[in-house]
Formats: sequence, C-alpha cells, structure tokens
Amino acid sequence: MRLDDAEVETMAGELSGILGHVDRIRSLDLEGVEPTSHVVHLENVLRADAPWQSMPPQVALAGAPEPFEGAFRVPSPQADAD
Amino acid sequence: MADLLDLTVAEAAAKIAAGEISADEYGAAWRAAAAADELNAYLWRAEHSESLEPDWNGDGESAPAGEGDATPYGSNAPAPAASGPLAGVPIAIKDIFTTQGIPTTAGSRILEGYRPPYTATAVRKLTAAGAHVLGKTNMDEFAMGSSNENSAFGPVLNPWDRGRVPGGSSGGSAAAVAGGLAPAALGTDTGGSIRQPASLCGIVGLKPTYGAISRFGMIAFASSLDQCGPFTRDVADAALLLGVMQGKDPLDSTSVGIEGGIELPSAEDLKGLKFGVPRELGESAVDAGVRAVFEATVAKIEELGGQIVEIGLPHAEHGISAYYVIAPAEASSNLARFDGVRYGLREAGDEDLIEMYERTRSEGFGPEVKRRIMLGTYALSSGYYDAYYGQAQKVRTKIAQDFDAAFEDVDFVITPTSPSVAFELGAKSGDPLEMYMNDFFTVPMSLAGIPAISIPGGFAAADGATKLPVGFQIAAPAFAEQKLLEAAHALEGALGVEGGTDA
Repeated sequence: MRLDDAEVETMAGELSGILGHVDRIRSLDLEGVEPTSHVVHLENVLRADAPWQSMPPQVALAGAPEPFEGAFRVPSPQADAD
Repeated sequence: MADLLDLTVAEAAAKIAAGEISADEYGAAWRAAAAADELNAYLWRAEHSESLEPDWNGDGESAPAGEGDATPYGSNAPAPAASGPLAGVPIAIKDIFTTQGIPTTAGSRILEGYRPPYTATAVRKLTAAGAHVLGKTNMDEFAMGSSNENSAFGPVLNPWDRGRVPGGSSGGSAAAVAGGLAPAALGTDTGGSIRQPASLCGIVGLKPTYGAISRFGMIAFASSLDQCGPFTRDVADAALLLGVMQGKDPLDSTSVGIEGGIELPSAEDLKGLKFGVPRELGESAVDAGVRAVFEATVAKIEELGGQIVEIGLPHAEHGISAYYVIAPAEASSNLARFDGVRYGLREAGDEDLIEMYERTRSEGFGPEVKRRIMLGTYALSSGYYDAYYGQAQKVRTKIAQDFDAAFEDVDFVITPTSPSVAFELGAKSGDPLEMYMNDFFTVPMSLAGIPAISIPGGFAAADGATKLPVGFQIAAPAFAEQKLLEAAHALEGALGVEGGTDA
C-alpha cells in the first residue's frame, strides 16, 4: 500500500494518538495469562472426503479485472519487462 | 398500504401464511418504501420480487445447478423459497454479505461492480425460509467505523435527525429498519456494529454468540470477532430471524449453532433473574441523558421482579485498547486479498506488479481502512508483536474471565449500549480515537464472544431539543440466546418504547 506525503503526515499523528491509548495495556502485569486467539474451542475439521462441485473457471474469472485466456493476468513483477 | 408496513415480520409472515394478506402486495409495498430511500441507506435495491439478475458470471449466463449445502459453487442465488417461516418477507442485507449475481461492495470502491459467484449462508438460510432480498445496505467500508461516514458511497443519515449519523458499521441496515424502508435487516457486529447503530436508531439489534451463525460469505474483517445478526423492530422478530439463520455450517468450520434452536420469546416478567451492573460504570464517560435512561430501565427491571446486583468487570476498560490491536491485526491479514488480481478494482495494470498492487490498494481503500491496515501491520511486526498483539490477546483472556466470574453470580450483564446518542455528521470524523470510544460498552462482549442485544430504552434530548433514542444493552453467557431474548422481550413489553421513527 502506498501513502502520499499528506497521508503520512495525517496518519502519523492519528496513529500516535491511538497507540498512546493502546500503550496502557503494555503496563498491565499479565505474566502467565494464556492469550486468547479464539473464543470457541475448536479442533481441526475435515470435510467429508466426497467429490463436490468446484467453482467453474469461467465463474472464478468473471470478477477478475483483466482475465487472459482462462487465467488471472498479473503484470510482470519486473519493471520495464517489455 | 401503511397498514402492511406497520406489521412486524412475525405478524406479516403469519398473515401471509394464513392467506389474510397477499405476499405480492406486501413485497411490493416494501419495495416502494425502499425506493423512496432518502437516507442513502441502500446501495442496491430489488426491482422485482425475485430480486435476482441471472447474470452471475458477467456473460448473462445462469449458474449451473448446485448441490445444496454440499458446495457453494453452483446455483445458490438468493431466490426465495415458496414456503417457510419467512415466506413473502423482504429483508435488507448489509452489503458485506455475498449475494450471487447481486452487486456486493462492502462499502468499498475496491469492490465496486463486483458480483459474487456464491451467496452467504446466512442469506441463503433466510431465502430458503421464504424471505426475499429487498436490497443491499450501505455500511462503513469493510465494516470499519462507528458512524457510517467511512462508506465509499457516502454517509447514511439517521432517520430521527438527518443531520446526525445512524451509527455504524451497519448504519444502512439500522437506518432502513428505523426509517421504515425495510421490515428487518441483516448486519454484522465485530465490536458493536449491530448494537451501536441499533441504539442510535432506536431499534432492536442482536449480536449472537460467536459461532451461532455461519460466517461463510461474510466478507471478513476480523475473523475471530465477526458475527452476523438481525436488526428488527422488536425482540420477537430478532428471535425469529436468529432461529432461521443459526446452525452449524459445513462451509464455516468455526460455526457451532445453538443447541435446541430458538423459539419466539413469551416471558412477561423477570422474576428470579439477576442483572449485573458493572461497578466501573459509575466512572465511565456517559452522557447524562443516556445515564438517566439506563437508570430508569434498571428501575423497570426491578418492577418486573428482576434483581439488580453490582458486579465487577475490572478489565473491560482495556477492551478498546485490546480490540483496536486485535481487530486491525486480523484485518491487515484479511484485506491482503484485495490486490487487483482476482476481483474488483485494478489500477496501473500496465505497469509492473508492485506498482499495480500499490496503486490499486491506495486508490481502492479509504482512509480508515488504510489506518487499520497500518495499525494492524505495526502490531504484528516483529519486535512489537509481544508488546501489542500478544498483550492484547492476554487482555482478551482477562475480559472473558471477568464475564465468566460475573455469570457465576448473575444471569445477565447490563450497560448502556453507547455512551452517547446519535452525534452530528462530521462531529467525530477528525479524531479516530474519539470515534473508537463509541464502542466502549460493546467491545468487551465481542472480545468474550458472548451474545448481547440492544433494545430501545427510551429517549434523551440532545442540545435540549431533538428527541433521540437511547439503547439498553443486555449480555448473556455464550449460547444463552433463548434466555437473553426472553428477558429482553419482557423488558421491551414493560418499557413500551416503539421501534423506529414516526416518519
């Protein structure tokens, strides 16, 4: 993601304000507390091993901004590629 | 026609089933009401009862037949079933739910014009019960916001006072129901995005337990917190829609469903029930008018036989800090998929790959989304991970433990839903932290994953003049939705506050 100079200036001030508030939790003594990443206790779930209908290629590509011959077209990763 | 629009969803569905009113007339009346939207509540509206465009892949083709719940990839357009508990009822859907063949933007320019190839499970369950998609509602971009001012398609106006915000992020859904543009609506709540707009618009908003309803087809913001739920005029309608949508879904491995399902609530008193009021509430920043409504509602609970007990939620005050680390961290990862390759906007497609990524995301995302991606990326970066993300996850544990301890003594925890009534457009948009504080009372329940409902508690006069709604929040232990709905229903009956505006 790119930010222009004006965005950087505005955002620096805003993020400093937010982090200043968030910093309050850094001083809490939570040694030994287990972190919670998820509230529902989950185990790995596997789908039944049965064939199912996958997304047809023309549908997967229908929303793509620049599909090309049945594939997603991506610009060259190198500048001046052509 | 006005009579048709006065019916609750449960009443209308019963009358349609009994043949007392015509489903076609009822649907047409709501489409006409929605078409008169002056609140910018809708981003897309159904023209016909089928509400479907066959153009599911951009070539005008119909989808191949699907295989029910087994696969989402096939014909699962949100076409209403002929019969079911919601037969003939049109429902507005927040634009964060994918709807096959119907434009879905999540309030973002980066998805403008996108037509999803499949339908969200929650929407599919509504239509399988006979409901129609009435329209897609405006929202804060990717559900990030508390005022609906972060939509790429303009703010939604509060039907009580069009100079004020409806709350957010599900502002369009709340305004549509409160403003008489939909009988009910679907929203999502990550840190308060159903409850806070329901409060500011004077209607009922329910955030179920995390896992109660499938998240499949809900465009992800913060996956460990996101949960969908209904906006309705009364508690019975919220129960009706929850009952239809809840359940385990093979397409969402984190979905659990609610054991025993949900019945329409019938309780008329609160005898034998204990309601916990956090002692920390006394020191919290709450508008005087909101506090007065809260106290009057507490008195009403006692009149109904409920007992008020003081409880402690000592870590809840750190909820905002923990939330605004965890939610942006998850968002920064989830939003990586919007890269100009598979769907949505692409800028600088003739340049090199990095240039294309940067230009697409810089021009496609609005300021709040960029802010949260920056915040989340920072919180997850090595060197800061333990100090921010790790610490926030531990705070989350402490908040959940506070609720566990409280629920050993009480049946419910009650608070105001929002510290203030609806504020004026632009009043808080210059200060992100002040905006985040709107979520002070709703975020702790989200972090704990427990269900909470906002019901209209009464009114407060802002600036000594305008009468604005005030919401009352009731939270319950995980998967205790039936009990929560019973209590909310009894209290709603005693309060007698009408949902929605007179407009």
